Amino acid sequence: MTRLRGGIGLLVLALLWELAPRLGLVRMDTLPPLSAIFLAWLDLARSGDLWTHGSASLLRAAAGVAIAIVAGTVIGIGMAAWVPVRIVFRPLMEAFYPVPKSALIPVTALWLGLGDASKVTLIALGCILPVAIGAYNGARGCERVLIWSGRSLGAGKLRTLVDVVVPSALPELLNGVRTALALSLVLLVSSELIVAKNGLGYLIGFLGGSGIYDAMFAVVLTIAIFGLIVDRLYLRYVRSVLSWQ
Amino acid sequence: MGSATQAEVSGAGGAKGDSHIVVSGLTHVYRPRHGRQVTALDDINLTVGNHEFVALLGPSGCGKSTLLYLIGGFLPVEKGSISVLGEPVREPGPDRGIVFQHFALFPWKTVRANVMYGLERKGLPKREAEARAAEMIAQVGLKGFEDSYPSQLSGGMRQRAAIARTLVLDPSTLLMDEPFGALDAQTRNLMQIELLALWRRSPKAVVFVTHDVHEAVYLADRVFVMSARPGRIKAVVSTGIDRSDREFVKSRAFVEKVDEIWHLVHDQPQGPR
Repeated sequence: MTRLRGGIGLLVLALLWELAPRLGLVRMDTLPPLSAIFLAWLDLARSGDLWTHGSASLLRAAAGVAIAIVAGTVIGIGMAAWVPVRIVFRPLMEAFYPVPKSALIPVTALWLGLGDASKVTLIALGCILPVAIGAYNGARGCERVLIWSGRSLGAGKLRTLVDVVVPSALPELLNGVRTALALSLVLLVSSELIVAKNGLGYLIGFLGGSGIYDAMFAVVLTIAIFGLIVDRLYLRYVRSVLSWQ
Repeated sequence: MGSATQAEVSGAGGAKGDSHIVVSGLTHVYRPRHGRQVTALDDINLTVGNHEFVALLGPSGCGKSTLLYLIGGFLPVEKGSISVLGEPVREPGPDRGIVFQHFALFPWKTVRANVMYGLERKGLPKREAEARAAEMIAQVGLKGFEDSYPSQLSGGMRQRAAIARTLVLDPSTLLMDEPFGALDAQTRNLMQIELLALWRRSPKAVVFVTHDVHEAVYLADRVFVMSARPGRIKAVVSTGIDRSDREFVKSRAFVEKVDEIWHLVHDQPQGPR
């Protein structure tokens, strides 16, 4: 029911988008009708531009998020389990938390250039935080009787960490990863817009700068829909992983 | 039972068989991060014999669970000593199985996987672990629920699963922390009967924490009555109940024993409440 209602809302929006420029309510060149955007999208897809730039972007985001998941999990669980790790990383995290990660775009570009490395580093840095916070809070929330159960069933300390603490932390950890996924797209596109030679963000900037607005909107919509699909698929994955709840 | 060869360390009462658990001079101070420190246990001395079933009975805050956790090796011994089968307790181990009030099953594992966990840690081949787990699950009456997750089971069934997970390792010591405290009266009574049956089939030293006098007398050979703040053992009572009579709960000896211990628990002239 709610799904149907959401669908109707989108349909009405699409209709308005199509009609408003055609009826002269908004200027055709600043907001092209949806059908024109769709045709431009087909052109982009056929020429291969969408794929070339899209795959470059996808690789950057995937690499950055993958690094963030591994590093964030290790840091977060480590902080919960060992005081020295907490002493080192907690102030770092607290200091880094309020920093707008996009402010680091020029820094990573300066250090690592205009290519993949600067984007991947930026995404990894930004996404570590939500993953580590999720892992840390989740691990801290692990009941001591669960840890004790593991220990009394013959698991050593490290083994208990892997077999008991990590699964306990999983719901919050996976929630942190969801935030990281959304954040990775933000950082990806903004860094590509500012300093890059390819990628979807670069394509948006290039098309916008050249006044090819229907194609620019096509790329923007592609990213928006991609983000939505990733989030939906991820939620489905999380639900299957956490089916024991 | 074998004859007692080892002298009682504490004189805390006639443990049957050799000393299995020996606690002497144990004092435990609880230091919260904020607020005043509390002497949770003060100079505890007790022994538990091989194959003996003892109950730690007392009001909440008397440190009975703390004592159990210390025997389990979950908390560090700071003053005094605890040994199990002659070995000082340093950390938790599969020789001392524990069952908690709120089950503490791994919620992400099925009943079977929970019961198999300890066997896997022991390094048993998967097939053998599966067979042993299946047998244990059947023994606690959970056949047909092997693939259920704890969240899908009732409280009583969860506790059966937790007991199976512990007993499948055949620990020589069984520690139970108010294991039936979260269950309804009917289920609790059924679980008590089944626990005694399991214990008879495979005798071991059992330390059973409860605040229920009836439960303590029903289950235990000896009852250690504790007082609160600081936690001390103020009396040790042998129940001397003949459990071969199925109706022993209605016997006069049982009722009088419950009465006697009830008065011991509740007469606390020095108590703060």
